[in-house]
Amino acid sequence: MKPGFLSRNPSVLTFLAVLAIFTLAVTFLSEAYGAGLVSTSMVKTLGKTLTLCLIAIAMDLIWGYTGILSLGHFAFFGLGGYMVGMWLMYARTREIVLSSAGGALPMTPQELQDAIATQIFGVVGTSELPAVWSFAGSLPAQLALVVLVPGILAFVFGWFAFKSRVTGVYLSILTQAMTLALSLYLFQNDSGLRGNNGLSGLQNIPGLDAVGQDALSVWFLWASALALALGYLLANFVVSGKFGSVIRGIRDDEARVRFLGYSVENYKLFVFTLTAIIAAIAGALYYPQAGIINPAEIAPIASIYLAVWVAIGGRGRLYGAVIGAAFVSLVSTWFTGGRAPDVPLGFYTIKWVDWWSVLLGLSFVLVTLFAPKGIAGIVDWVQGLRPPKRGGTPLGPDDGSLQEKEALE
Amino acid sequence: MSLLEVSGISVTFDGFRAINNLSFSIGPAELRAIIGPNGAGKTTFMDIVTGKTRPDEGKVLWGEKSVNLLKMNEAQIAQAGVGRKFQRPTVFEDQSVAENLMMALKAARSPWKVLFWRPAKPDHFRVEALAKEVGLGDQLDRKSGELSHGQKQWLEIGMLLAQEPRLLLVDEPAAGMTLAEREQTTALLVELSKSHAVVVVEHDMEFVRRLDCRVTVLHEGSVLAEGSLDHVTSNPQVIEVYLGR
Amino acid sequence: MRSLLLALATGCLLALPSLPVSAQDAPATAETTLPAAPASASLTGLAAVLAANAEAIAKPSRQTIGPVIAEIGAAGAGAPEFLEAWADRRVGQRKDGAFFLIAKSADGWDLTDPASGQPAGTAPKSEITELKPNSGVRGLIASALVEFQLSDPDPAKRRAALEALARNGGPEHIEPLRAAIDNEPDATIRAQKERLEGLLTIRYGSSTERRVAAISQFGSDLGLDLRGAINPLLATTRKAFTGAPEGNLAAELTPGKGDFDAEAAYALLVAQGLAPARLTRTALRSALESHVENGMVGGIPVAELDDPKLRDAAYTALEAAGTVPPAATDDEVAAAVAAHRYADIYAEPDASVTDAARGALKGIEIKVGAMQVADLALDALSLGSIYFLAAIGLAITFGVMRVINMAHGEFITMGAYTGYVVQTWISDYTTSILVALPLAFAVTFGAGVAMERLVIRHLYKRPLETLLATFGISIALQQIFKNVFGTQARPLTSPAWLDGAWTLNDVVSISYIRIAIFVLALIFLAVFLFIMTRTRLGLEVRAVTQNPSMAASMGINPDRINMLTFGLGSGIAGIAGVAIGLFAKVTSELGSDYIVQSFMTVVVGGVGNIWGTLAGATLIGSLQKGIEWFNPSNTLAAQTYMILFIIVFIQFRPRGIIALKGRAAGD
Repeated sequence: MKPGFLSRNPSVLTFLAVLAIFTLAVTFLSEAYGAGLVSTSMVKTLGKTLTLCLIAIAMDLIWGYTGILSLGHFAFFGLGGYMVGMWLMYARTREIVLSSAGGALPMTPQELQDAIATQIFGVVGTSELPAVWSFAGSLPAQLALVVLVPGILAFVFGWFAFKSRVTGVYLSILTQAMTLALSLYLFQNDSGLRGNNGLSGLQNIPGLDAVGQDALSVWFLWASALALALGYLLANFVVSGKFGSVIRGIRDDEARVRFLGYSVENYKLFVFTLTAIIAAIAGALYYPQAGIINPAEIAPIASIYLAVWVAIGGRGRLYGAVIGAAFVSLVSTWFTGGRAPDVPLGFYTIKWVDWWSVLLGLSFVLVTLFAPKGIAGIVDWVQGLRPPKRGGTPLGPDDGSLQEKEALE
Repeated sequence: MSLLEVSGISVTFDGFRAINNLSFSIGPAELRAIIGPNGAGKTTFMDIVTGKTRPDEGKVLWGEKSVNLLKMNEAQIAQAGVGRKFQRPTVFEDQSVAENLMMALKAARSPWKVLFWRPAKPDHFRVEALAKEVGLGDQLDRKSGELSHGQKQWLEIGMLLAQEPRLLLVDEPAAGMTLAEREQTTALLVELSKSHAVVVVEHDMEFVRRLDCRVTVLHEGSVLAEGSLDHVTSNPQVIEVYLGR
Repeated sequence: MRSLLLALATGCLLALPSLPVSAQDAPATAETTLPAAPASASLTGLAAVLAANAEAIAKPSRQTIGPVIAEIGAAGAGAPEFLEAWADRRVGQRKDGAFFLIAKSADGWDLTDPASGQPAGTAPKSEITELKPNSGVRGLIASALVEFQLSDPDPAKRRAALEALARNGGPEHIEPLRAAIDNEPDATIRAQKERLEGLLTIRYGSSTERRVAAISQFGSDLGLDLRGAINPLLATTRKAFTGAPEGNLAAELTPGKGDFDAEAAYALLVAQGLAPARLTRTALRSALESHVENGMVGGIPVAELDDPKLRDAAYTALEAAGTVPPAATDDEVAAAVAAHRYADIYAEPDASVTDAARGALKGIEIKVGAMQVADLALDALSLGSIYFLAAIGLAITFGVMRVINMAHGEFITMGAYTGYVVQTWISDYTTSILVALPLAFAVTFGAGVAMERLVIRHLYKRPLETLLATFGISIALQQIFKNVFGTQARPLTSPAWLDGAWTLNDVVSISYIRIAIFVLALIFLAVFLFIMTRTRLGLEVRAVTQNPSMAASMGINPDRINMLTFGLGSGIAGIAGVAIGLFAKVTSELGSDYIVQSFMTVVVGGVGNIWGTLAGATLIGSLQKGIEWFNPSNTLAAQTYMILFIIVFIQFRPRGIIALKGRAAGD
């Protein structure tokens, strides 16, 4: 009656195995640790894709399972990136300042901070370290902020939104507005995060100058894979038990769940905050691989693309989200990177750099219309080829179905 | 001593007075049928008791300590011991019968506790017993969406029982059931009323007659008559608004 | 007549005592030179003046030429022309000393007699020395000329002279200006002259009474020129005093109160040389660095000098040894600050003038504030009507069909591009706009209907998925626009009669284009209300909105209604696109810039009610303008705070300003 966790969730084992094989394969083909068949930039792209898969899991939890179409999770992703980026930039600048310091005297802490601030904020015309950078010198503090800042933002926003019972399309638009407000705020120079310049040079890890980018990229690939694996396990744990039942119930009929005595608002708030934190961790792993973060990354469109990935992959199941994010983002990179061959039509040549977005948009419409289960629907289709496992006796014709119409309002 | 004490509630929707100075009370072990024509305010009354609708005025007091239900939200009211079965069967069609029952099972309701809650042996036994009681013993692993309409009704009754409420609000339980099932339902409700407060809203006079209990007649948002079925059906006003045309 | 005026003007000029130059020198010069004129008895008027001042005219200097210019100005016929020619470097001196207006001819110079204006023959190049007054002298000549121009028979010249005076009038112009008022035939120019006279009097008036009177004469006039005249009077300088403050005191300051802290007070003392400069961190560092001995400074190892306290200690040690100059300690600084008094002193010495100016400015500020509020209201109204136009289509589709159309922004863009394409066919802007409006409606109506038929109608049961599907269409459309029209902005030019602005005064003004958009919004409101309340279509739409299945059973075809509603909403977006394109850059992202605000408008306003949309648009427009007013430099911040406000607003009215209540609202 009580099978083990993994045997109850065979997809988890498959997923972890595939992820492990993938990570090992990339490692053995990388420039730093293997045959050198996979370029460092490719390793970085794959590492970034893994973090995108992680945020897709978060999106699937909040949208596919709980039914809240959040158009704001990339904001949390970006915030996570900013938090870790602040430390990276501060610590790296400190190294540069210390190594290039002139003069006979060692610097006082104040002088050091001023020099760092001048380096970092010269582009926005100030030389004072804004208050939000108070903890930038400490890695543990900034890592804590990766979780805390998006977590608290999500909690406060969710508390307001859910308590007033904003639902459905309204809530989606509200989350979109929150994202827009955040990105507009970050675009300002006096936001203290370098305005539209964003944070840069994040690929250089302070203290690890001796390690080349080729090795670092593999390290980050491993870190991302580990985070993805843990995230997958966590998400699976969340959705597998009664909690999963409740949030799927909220998705399908939240009033009914309320009458069962569950406070729907608290559940939504819990999932919203949890997924915001997962998104933030994904962001904190993504941006050191990307090297640069700026407010444009947070723009509402990014969060909508996230929904696109999950929808194409197949929402309501975790591996669907992962497949969608990996597939769409990699194909996107391939098309927009100019590597896809042009299609000559005689009168017009389709350049994929220009037409990829059109293709993506239209295929998205088609998926929504004709394949709401997304790519993961293929799994169902394959399983459907086998004889179904049916529990209980088949439905008889006499089980009262004739009177169904009567009961309708 | 009454379990639920509703006094003088009124509610208005856009100028339409759905409930008008309605008072109602029920004891801890009592069966009560509410009848009334369409628009009499039966469903709105249930909405108010379960917290879905806030009345403009009036009081709703609950239990021995006379807790004010109007200050609580739906979930808190449900946790306090008010269970509701809807007119249309509303079960979670995407989930199995066992999952539906497990969700309804009386246990901690806060997210954190639910997250780490895993069913123990007694919980499984209880779910199986409930499923048997409502005739779904061999359907535990089926998706409830695949059930017939009547089976869904039974599943919902099962979920109501799983909640172990002190007050059961049952909206047209017999709709969509065969004759045999209706009798079974009647028996179940009568049995339940020995230890619970049960309020049944029903259109079907035959069904109400079989329940053999006190009847409250609602009309235009207030109580028109109360008493045994025979008593109210002989009331000329009731005949006029409800039976007569 | 003209010479009389000139004489009068110059006479006044000479009589004016406050003139810095002529006050002392001019009368004297006039007295000494004029009697000298009879020496060459045959010469009169200009010729006599020129002859008498030949040397000064030939080699003018800025310091001394003033009286001579004044004298020439008073000399009667030919004087203005001579001055003009002088300033233009068209005056030459013949070897015999006579001056002529000269013009280049084939073999030398054509000469004109300055006094009579008659040709005076020619001269070879070698005979004539061109006069080349420097710019300072030319400036003096020009300002003397202004006085003539103020009474010039040509109104255009008088106006030009007034403008020149308004820009750089000085005290010397007050009297000629006053003199030129009485004979001014043109009422407008006369008013301008009087105003300018008042402004000049405020700044340079001869007596306190006159200046105060001039200030009060304006009342709380809103002109920028008045504020330009008053503000310099109230300019202050911050000074430190060892004793009681001197001068026209604006305010005495106490260190530590307001934003004047002890640090600022000490900086003031240092700047005035009343106290030695404090040792900055940089100075401290370089002082220490230049005294490193054996890895020690003042007995402290260099490696430990990353502690500010030890640095101070090291400096004190050096100070004690006498190797560095003593720096002010904190106690000394405090003592110095306490020993002085600080005040803001008006540059204008006359206290009653500054009092009057302050009073006047206060009145003006209050009025300007009120006017700014009015201007802000106009701005808000215009922004609100833009949002209304952008949102109304969205509100219709959302209200009737509960469908969020993420591609709505692209329909707006589509309308704007339609306008652009029409303008490439029809060059007349008025006609092209008149063609573009219905065409944009037709194009986007078609697009909307196509979208509804192909996509949305399959998704009515799944609203969140409509949001996503329409978003897919939005991505595709945006990229198609980019591929077809390129990424750079395309021009959509408004007709000339929409250029310019309706200006009420220096504070309140609104461009015609915004008025036109406001009118367009009103028209839309009227048309919409007409369709909804007076036509069969409106009735059916309302029926479908309230209860689709009931409407269907009444014989209304919900499919058809949905299609038409969606087309209507999209078509209005197209028209809005043309309107928005007239003042915004037409790019593929035009629509998406407005889409979030449009959503906000619908959400804030409430669904299913045109008045709600109107209220929402007005609220959001005024809110955005209001926030911008508090922080004018930062529109990004304004948008941020506006969105935050909306998020909070939704907490309290989740269904918008005008919400459907009760059971009809549903869930």
